Amino acid sequence: MNKLIEVADLSYTYRIGSGNEVKALKGVNLNVFKGEFITITGQNGSGKSTLARHFNGLLIPKSGTVLVNGLSSAVKKNIPAIRKTVGMVFQNPDNQLVSSIVEEDIAFGPENLGLPAALIRKRVDWALHTLNIEPLRRESPMDLSEGQKQLVAIAGVLAMKPECIVLDEPTSHLDPRSRREVIENIVRLNSEEKITIILLTHFMNEVVYSNRMCIMDCGEIKLVGSPRELFANPDVIKNMGLDLPIAASLTAELNSRGLSLPGNIISAEELVEQLCLLK
Amino acid sequence: MSIEVKNLCYSYKRGTPFEKKVLHEISMSVEDGEFLGLIGPTQAGKTTLAQHFNALMLPQSGKVLIDNCNTCLKNADLPGLRQKVGYVFQNPDYQLFAPTVGEDIAFGPKNQGLSGSEVENRVIEAMAQVGLDYETFRNRDIYALSGGQKRRAAVAGVLACHPRILILDDITAGLDPRGREEILEVVKKLHQQSMITIIFISNSMETVARLVNRLVVMNKGRIVMDGSTRDIFIRSDKLLEIGLEIPDIMHIANRLRERGFDLPPTLLTITETANSITDCLAKRQVSD
Repeated sequence: MNKLIEVADLSYTYRIGSGNEVKALKGVNLNVFKGEFITITGQNGSGKSTLARHFNGLLIPKSGTVLVNGLSSAVKKNIPAIRKTVGMVFQNPDNQLVSSIVEEDIAFGPENLGLPAALIRKRVDWALHTLNIEPLRRESPMDLSEGQKQLVAIAGVLAMKPECIVLDEPTSHLDPRSRREVIENIVRLNSEEKITIILLTHFMNEVVYSNRMCIMDCGEIKLVGSPRELFANPDVIKNMGLDLPIAASLTAELNSRGLSLPGNIISAEELVEQLCLLK
Repeated sequence: MSIEVKNLCYSYKRGTPFEKKVLHEISMSVEDGEFLGLIGPTQAGKTTLAQHFNALMLPQSGKVLIDNCNTCLKNADLPGLRQKVGYVFQNPDYQLFAPTVGEDIAFGPKNQGLSGSEVENRVIEAMAQVGLDYETFRNRDIYALSGGQKRRAAVAGVLACHPRILILDDITAGLDPRGREEILEVVKKLHQQSMITIIFISNSMETVARLVNRLVVMNKGRIVMDGSTRDIFIRSDKLLEIGLEIPDIMHIANRLRERGFDLPPTLLTITETANSITDCLAKRQVSD
């Protein structure tokens, strides 16, 4: 597979006040491949957001390199091309919505790319359609629920047709139904629109949808692998301050009561099938 | 200490063409020592209602009695009521404002007019309650705290005022799994050991299912269900209808029932579910 983003030996230090330094990233190496769905998880303060902000040049490496489609983010003239390739969705949609009407908000990105009016119209319609939010077209973002706002924020990024979208905990403040809607849309953007997805999350049931997961701790990437592979080691996961998906927790609980279910179950469907075999 | 709400209504932008009614004729009560969950989809009115519980908001019509004191009366001692009912906001950044953890937690008791040594004792006690080590964190810069530590500092700041009722507004949002578990342990202990009345607002069905005894469900400014946690989750169709979910663990049990497993109607935790599944498999082996 082709590499979209290459991060090599990346370190980053924040300065807080006088003389206080926090090493947020310590020599991180990671390749993100075209078309994949990768989740980044890890405790609060492990460096996820700092890393994510390097993917589209919001932060510039202080040491090490970040290449997006082969272009280094340390070179100033590459930044517009990098930001066009990699779009970013933040935790709080209010930080991202700029206009008083939904479709105008979604048009903001394409307008800034200097696209002709007819094409902007097309892009906006396509983004609204792709995320199933056409009825919200003329609404004011202020009147929308948090989940709808988050979908509008994603539509705004989508309308720029990026190759890759980075989402920084997009569901952490949403109610359960909105959370599911946002995640279903993200999964679909990856599988149908072939957009590379980098999702930062604390929810293990969201991690399950990804091809690869990446666990960060204290500014380093500690583990990379498929969710099935990594969740098969509950002790390692718990040591990282994380948790198992519900199906995996229940499997472990059942095995501790003497059942012998396979140790790599991560979804409800798989667990139900395995239990039916025991009947 | 109890709270009683009678026919409470509230509108935002009242008297303008943009008036939006967010609470319709709410009546409910919270008894002394209860551990109550408040759930509902976004914009159900949870936070607006909860902010009436400590007189941060005052009724536009209807009334709220906190410890039998009507918050609408002219002579009501609102600052006094707010000391009895502590409120922890969803976002700790809205709540923490002093430069260091120790100073932030001391702010409340200082304003209650306590002496220097009494204030310090309150800080020590509150930090111990939330599991922040006094020596390590007393002089720690607020900005150098992780999300989970900030949350605990915010809870400590409210506990230091010795509230008798604690309102926790979605305090696990944005926390990593360990941070979530730790703060929930703190909350559980507070309720068990100090017998504080707790009102727990949450978007996590998993969490309320295993934590609270009673659930109040809101939708579009109204209370649509109120009962024991188990009774509420039995009626999962109603929850789904208003846009809520049931805990993932219940979905697994539902699928198993469809495939012929004879499981009890509401299994709220992983342990309960595992027990019932093993019982069910054992019975089948006996009958075979």
